[in-house]
Amino acid sequence: MADVIKKATRESYGEALTALAEKYPNLVVLDADLAAATKTGIFKKAYPDRFFDCGIAEANMMGVAAGLASTGLIPFASTFAMFAAGRAYEIVRNSIGYPHLNVKIGATHAGISVGEDGATHQCNEDIALMRTIPGMTILNPADDIEARAAVEAAILHDGPVYLRFGRLAAPVFNDAATYKFEIGKGITLREGTDVTIVATGLMVSEALAAAEQLSTEGINARVINIHTIKPLDKELICKAAQETGLIVTVEEHSVIGGLGSAVAEAVTECCPVRVEKIGVNDVYGHSGPAVDLLKQFGLCADNIAAVTKKVLGK
Amino acid sequence: MDATIEKRLKATACKVRMGIIEGTYNAKSGHPGGSLSIADLLTYLYFVKLHVNPAEPDMPERDRFVLSKGHTAPALYATLAQRGFFPEEELKSLRHIGALLQGHPCIHIPGVDMSSGSLGQGISTACGMALASKLQGSPYRVYTVLGDGEIEEGQVWEAAMFAAHYQLDNLIAIVDNNGLQIDGPITEVCSPEPIPEKFEAFGWHVIRMNAHDFNDMERAFNEAESIIDKPVAIIQTSVKGKDVSFMENQCSWHGTAPNAEQYEQAMAELKALLVGLED
Repeated sequence: MADVIKKATRESYGEALTALAEKYPNLVVLDADLAAATKTGIFKKAYPDRFFDCGIAEANMMGVAAGLASTGLIPFASTFAMFAAGRAYEIVRNSIGYPHLNVKIGATHAGISVGEDGATHQCNEDIALMRTIPGMTILNPADDIEARAAVEAAILHDGPVYLRFGRLAAPVFNDAATYKFEIGKGITLREGTDVTIVATGLMVSEALAAAEQLSTEGINARVINIHTIKPLDKELICKAAQETGLIVTVEEHSVIGGLGSAVAEAVTECCPVRVEKIGVNDVYGHSGPAVDLLKQFGLCADNIAAVTKKVLGK
Repeated sequence: MDATIEKRLKATACKVRMGIIEGTYNAKSGHPGGSLSIADLLTYLYFVKLHVNPAEPDMPERDRFVLSKGHTAPALYATLAQRGFFPEEELKSLRHIGALLQGHPCIHIPGVDMSSGSLGQGISTACGMALASKLQGSPYRVYTVLGDGEIEEGQVWEAAMFAAHYQLDNLIAIVDNNGLQIDGPITEVCSPEPIPEKFEAFGWHVIRMNAHDFNDMERAFNEAESIIDKPVAIIQTSVKGKDVSFMENQCSWHGTAPNAEQYEQAMAELKALLVGLED
């Protein structure tokens, strides 16, 4: 796997904003003193007149974004997931969500793979928080190709969108030539009949690797990439429940309120089957290198394969 | 100010106050005290200052208004009704199920530019609108009204910093300084004083104004519009519950609706006032 290209989706985010700026003249970018980290600094350098640093004041930034959007501009408000979904939750809910304004929230450094900064900055709750806001679309791209497509899809979507990006370089597995992004449509990356592994974001490539491992042991696992957590592709999930009878969800997020919860809620309505959730198990993270943390928290191909075998009784 | 115009504004403000009483009485809830304290201000803004058109509420080049102290929605609704954005009759179903007029301002109501009411948030959205005006080269102004209790919210000062940094001289924030919040006098709850000095320290141009004197309003807003490169804060000294005798300066009328007897008395007082003002 040494020849696999890796890139953090936050970089894709900054580059995509910059690449799309000419095509979408209403696009403006806000940040809260993290432009170097969220990679909106790339946009700032290219389009300084369309970039506004709000300082370390995320609550105000979300409100400013709402005001800009009310006049027809398309603001991307960027900061770490912890501050976008956590600190500014109520502003996102009341100033952006309730009036259903066309604000895009570019949340980077999501999940445990923030690494060394530790628990205060490892946001494992953002998907849960954003899911509760009526009318909010939540996109969690898995690689560079998908992240770029998600940014443009968000621009074209009329309404608030929460985009989740990572700090850690992720393997690029999608093919730019054939890739198609559609909000609300999951992607079946691998067909299978014994079990379905439903993954999102950084965990999609791990799920694919796990399925590969399982296949060597005669287990035929389907893999679905859910890049849009809300609205969830219930049709695809229910079909998988019916056809494989067992679902394993994988996310770099708390097992409470995220992808696993959304999938479980969907299948209980259409085809109740066992849903085994792999994620952060209602605990805080801690400092350490990102890759080591992911392994420690079971967010890796080996553990996905092991859990899948266990629930299959093998 | 021309005496005839002043008299007409006073009559309109009196009708706005009657609308506030009508709305809160029929809703059996709501916030009459702080609504009555901004009735003159909103009358002045909507009948003298704001470039708006009730026939085209979403006109792109309109001036914007954000009621950051959103709980005083009855004052905004009564003013919008007087200005012709929707029928006065709507005030009677304020806060009712299925009604147009929500407990706090909602962007879907004709004439309302932003949903607000969670304190401290309106001023940030007003900053966004003022910035958009500059970016789009569309020279509208943005007016926002804050409560003196509301400015205890930290977000207000994030916004104050932002507005000064981006030199939003098309933004005018009026602080309704009636001195009272739910739990008591602002100086006893958790004092936000000195208010003018705080805004000055944040880089704003500060003007003091009498909230119940249209001539003083004219002076203050003319000065505000002459300021370049700085946002303007107008600190208006007001009387909570203004023009309803038993509500004036009473903290208890912050969030209490009048009962039938109180409604009759308030309306009688306002009608008497109106008689002296109408031609």
